[in-house]
Parts: sequence; C-alpha cells; structure tokens
Amino acid sequence: MIEANGLTKRYGAKTAVDELSFTVQPGIVTGFLGPNGAGKSTTMRLLLGLDRPSAGGSRINGKRYLDLPAPLREVGALLEARAVHTGRSARNHLLAMAATHGISRARVDEVIGLVGLEDVAKKRVGGFSLGMGQRLGIAAALLGDPGVLLLDEPVNGLDPEGILWVRNLLKALAAEGRTVFVSSHLMSEMAVTASEVIVVGRGRLITSGTVQEVIRAASGGSVLARTKAADDLARLLAADGCEVQRSDDQTLLVSGADSEAIGELAARAGIALIELTPQHATLEEAFMEITRDAVEFHGRGPADAQPAALGGAR
Amino acid sequence: MTTLNASSPTDLGPGRVTAVAVVRSEWIKLKSLRSTWFSLLAAVLIVDGLGTLFSALHAHRGGRDPFDLDATQISLRGVFLAQLAIGVLGVLVITGEYATGMIRSSLSAVPRRHPVLFAKALVFTVVAFVTAFAGTFIAFELGQAAQSSTHLQASLSTPGAWRAIIGAATYLTLIGLLAVGVGFAVRNTAGAIATLFGIVLVAPLLTNALPSPYDQDVMKFLPLSTGERVITTVHPDPNLLSPWAGIGVTALYALAALIAGFVVLKRRDA
Repeated sequence: MIEANGLTKRYGAKTAVDELSFTVQPGIVTGFLGPNGAGKSTTMRLLLGLDRPSAGGSRINGKRYLDLPAPLREVGALLEARAVHTGRSARNHLLAMAATHGISRARVDEVIGLVGLEDVAKKRVGGFSLGMGQRLGIAAALLGDPGVLLLDEPVNGLDPEGILWVRNLLKALAAEGRTVFVSSHLMSEMAVTASEVIVVGRGRLITSGTVQEVIRAASGGSVLARTKAADDLARLLAADGCEVQRSDDQTLLVSGADSEAIGELAARAGIALIELTPQHATLEEAFMEITRDAVEFHGRGPADAQPAALGGAR
Repeated sequence: MTTLNASSPTDLGPGRVTAVAVVRSEWIKLKSLRSTWFSLLAAVLIVDGLGTLFSALHAHRGGRDPFDLDATQISLRGVFLAQLAIGVLGVLVITGEYATGMIRSSLSAVPRRHPVLFAKALVFTVVAFVTAFAGTFIAFELGQAAQSSTHLQASLSTPGAWRAIIGAATYLTLIGLLAVGVGFAVRNTAGAIATLFGIVLVAPLLTNALPSPYDQDVMKFLPLSTGERVITTVHPDPNLLSPWAGIGVTALYALAALIAGFVVLKRRDA
C-alpha cells in the first residue's frame, strides 16, 4: 500500500509535482499515467526518499521510506533513468545491492534466472541493450521479495516478447497480493495491464479510478449515426438540443442523446438509419482527451508549423 | 515464470540494514570495478618506478654530497605523483555512482545515506593503505638497491626510514580520503578532480605569490609540504611542521572534506 499526501516538489520556480494525493492498493496493478514531463519520475523518486518533497509526504506500508528498516524487503524499485554502474557486471551489481540487506547469493542467482539474464550476468552492464538493462532493473527490484513494487516505465526499450513478459510478470505479482505501481506514458500498455489508473499532467492529479471509469468519463457517450437523410436528422437532433458533428454526407457524431432516443426520433420522422453505434473511446483516446491541456510540450503539426525560415519559398 | 517468491526465506537476510552489511556491499562495489585495480596498480607503479628511477639517477651522478644525502627521501619521491592516482580513485569511488545513476540504487537500499559514506571511507582507507604501504615499502627497497653503488644507501634500520615508509603510505591514504570527501561534496568527476588538484598542486603555487614570511607560514600547512616532510630523514626544513604533526594536519583536511561530503549527501536530492 502506497499513500501520497499533498506531495509537492518545486525546483526553483518550476513545480514538478503539485499537491499530489493518491493511494495505491495491494493486489492489483495500478497504472501511473501522464505525458512526458508530467512529474511521474519525480513522484517515484519522492516515494523512494531520493528527492525531498517541498511539501507533503508519502508512506509505504504506513511508514516513511526513510524509516523502513530493510527497504529492499518491502519495496522494489525500477527507476527510469538507469541506476546501475556501467563498469560493473550485472551479477556484481545485484550482489552489492543484496549485501546491504544480507540477502544471499542464492537469491541473487534466483532473480537473475527469473529475468532471464543468466547468459550475460557476468558481463559489464555498459554493453547491455536497453531491454537487458530493464531486465536487470527488474531483477534488482525483486531481490528482496518485496510486497510493494514501483516500476518507472518498465516496458521502455523492450521487444514485443519482453513487453509480454513484463505484462504477465506485473499481473502475476499483483495476483500474489503485492502492490504494483507502474508508470507509463503508453496508454495502450496500461489498458491491458492495469486495473486502476492515476492520471497526472503538469504534476497535478487529473483523474483516477478504474480503467473503465476513466474511459467512460472521457468519452462522454457520443453516438455515431449514419443515414442517407443526414441533413434532416441533423436538423431534428439540433432542435432537440443535441450537439451534432458532420463527418461526411451520411455520417453524424451525436452527443447529448443515447442510441435509443436517436432511433425513436428517426423512426417518428420516417428517416431510415443505416447505422447507429455508441462510441467507446480507448484508454489512449481518453488519455489524450483528459491530458490535452496538461501536455508540457506540444508538437506543432505541419499546418501550424509556419516555416519562417523557408517563408520566401512559399 | 516459476517462482517469484524467494525459494527460502532465510535467503533474504535478517530484515534490517546493518553497518557491517553496508561495508560488505561497498567492498563488493570497489573490487568489482576495473578502474579500482587500474588506479591502484598505477599508484604502485608510479611510487616504485619513480623511486627506482630517481635513486638510479642519483647513484649515476655519484652521490656527491654525503652530508646532505637523504637516500630514503629520494626513493620515496614517487608519492607526489602517485597521490594523483590514489586521489582519482578516491573521487571515482563516489562520482562514478553519480555519473552512472548507481547512487540512486545505493541510496534506495540505504535510505539513511550516511552509512554509505562511512562504509566507502572505511573500505577505501583499508584498500588504499595496504596498497600504498606495499608501494612505499617496495619503493624504499628498490630505491636503496639502486643506490647501492654509492655505498651511502639507507636501510630499514636507518633512523627515520620506517617513519618515512609508513608516513608516505599514510599521506597517500589521507590524500585519497580527502578525494573521497571532495567527491561526495562535488558529486561530479571532473569538478572533483579539478578541486582535488587545486588543493594539492595549485595551492602551493599560489602560496608562492604571498609576501615573505607569510608564504612560509601558509606553505607549511599545505598537503604537499606535510608529505615532503614525512619522507625527509636528513636536514629537514626547519620551517615545516614535524612529520606526524603534518600528517595530523593532512588528516584534518581529509576530515573537513568528508564532513562537507556528509552534509551534501544528507541534504541534497540524489
């Protein structure tokens, strides 16, 4: 169980994490979602006591991280930025980490086997691919058999097979009753892995809840209606107080009425419908919708990217 | 995926982080990096190589002035270059962790932080002293052998010989500890090495610019002078501190740097 209470981190004038409060429950995978720069990694560092909060605080299993007598036994962490000396072999890295807690060599070899790094365990980490580095980070997180796992972007740099492996691992860890808190900017990944999500943008909590709740809240229940009499139907719906968007000459996207109401309205007017489909956003779309205003760096599309330097050529 | 749980609960240790365990971890860290062994080997080769070279050159010149001859000191002069190799190792022990991100792993395992500094300093002290002592002892023996043609060479029973050998090893170790402290305080490899070289090599040059007698007053407290004094057995400069007082002053520099490093480690974000 992880609790954050008014967690705030300011770097000079910039507020990276802004009064963030949330609870992460054991037994499920909880996704920590947000665009790049939303403060996810900073939050992870605050939870681990690596950064000091400017205000607020956090507890893991009811204690401040600093007060845990054997932190690796209670919390396993994979940090996004690599946290391994590149000149040391994977096994020596794990042995050094294990030694602080008196964790045995047998356990070190066990976690090396668990993440599938047996063949490269004696090689220096500097030569590792991103995926191997992530596996090593996960091995380090599992070292103390902790009940709480904090994983910052664990699928980063993994191939499809590795992604599937992490996905199953996270679910298995949660199924054993552990608290699994996983940050990601990949909504599609969280949609298949997480049961609950906490969405942040610019350091603030935007929304939290089950994946379904978040999707429902963001998609607003619009309905797609297709008919050859699109103009007539649009006029009727608008008169009824609905918001109607035309996507082509036969297709309307209606919000403000459900399929049943639209169908009855069309029947009364004698309009034949070709299609009537309630729209469900994916978590990806829901995420885009709710974080639209919270993205720190907007890419400029070709339309509004005025080529000032090339202006003369136009 | 077979077992996520540890196969045996006893494999997971006693359930608390002890000082001894952190020392063991730091020893694993130190010995598992190639840079450690390169730095230590470099330090020994420099002390022994230069000591032998200076001794051979001295013997070749014929050892003209027996009254002023300090055969012991000649054989140990390599420490002034070797201190840079030891110093670089002392810096890297901690800045290597900041450069690679390892520090975040270290401090998440030991969130109270200060045991990491104490353990690093302790492990480094033992390793550096053992290496430096082997280096200075061998340098003395090789150096005296190289000077045997002068028939004025020293031996271990020469007054001050043991003090010079042990003192030189202690001096090297303290410079290394100073470097560890500077590394913790500065956290960046290039910055820490520049700071260390500034203290050890540049400060004496700047002191030369002071008007007399202030230059002498300041100079005698600088690491280079204290190191010079502890390997000198014949006609020491009367302006300098006594050998062990100088070593004590050098130890205070190391202590001051470690305190600065402690404060930074405790207060700053990792």
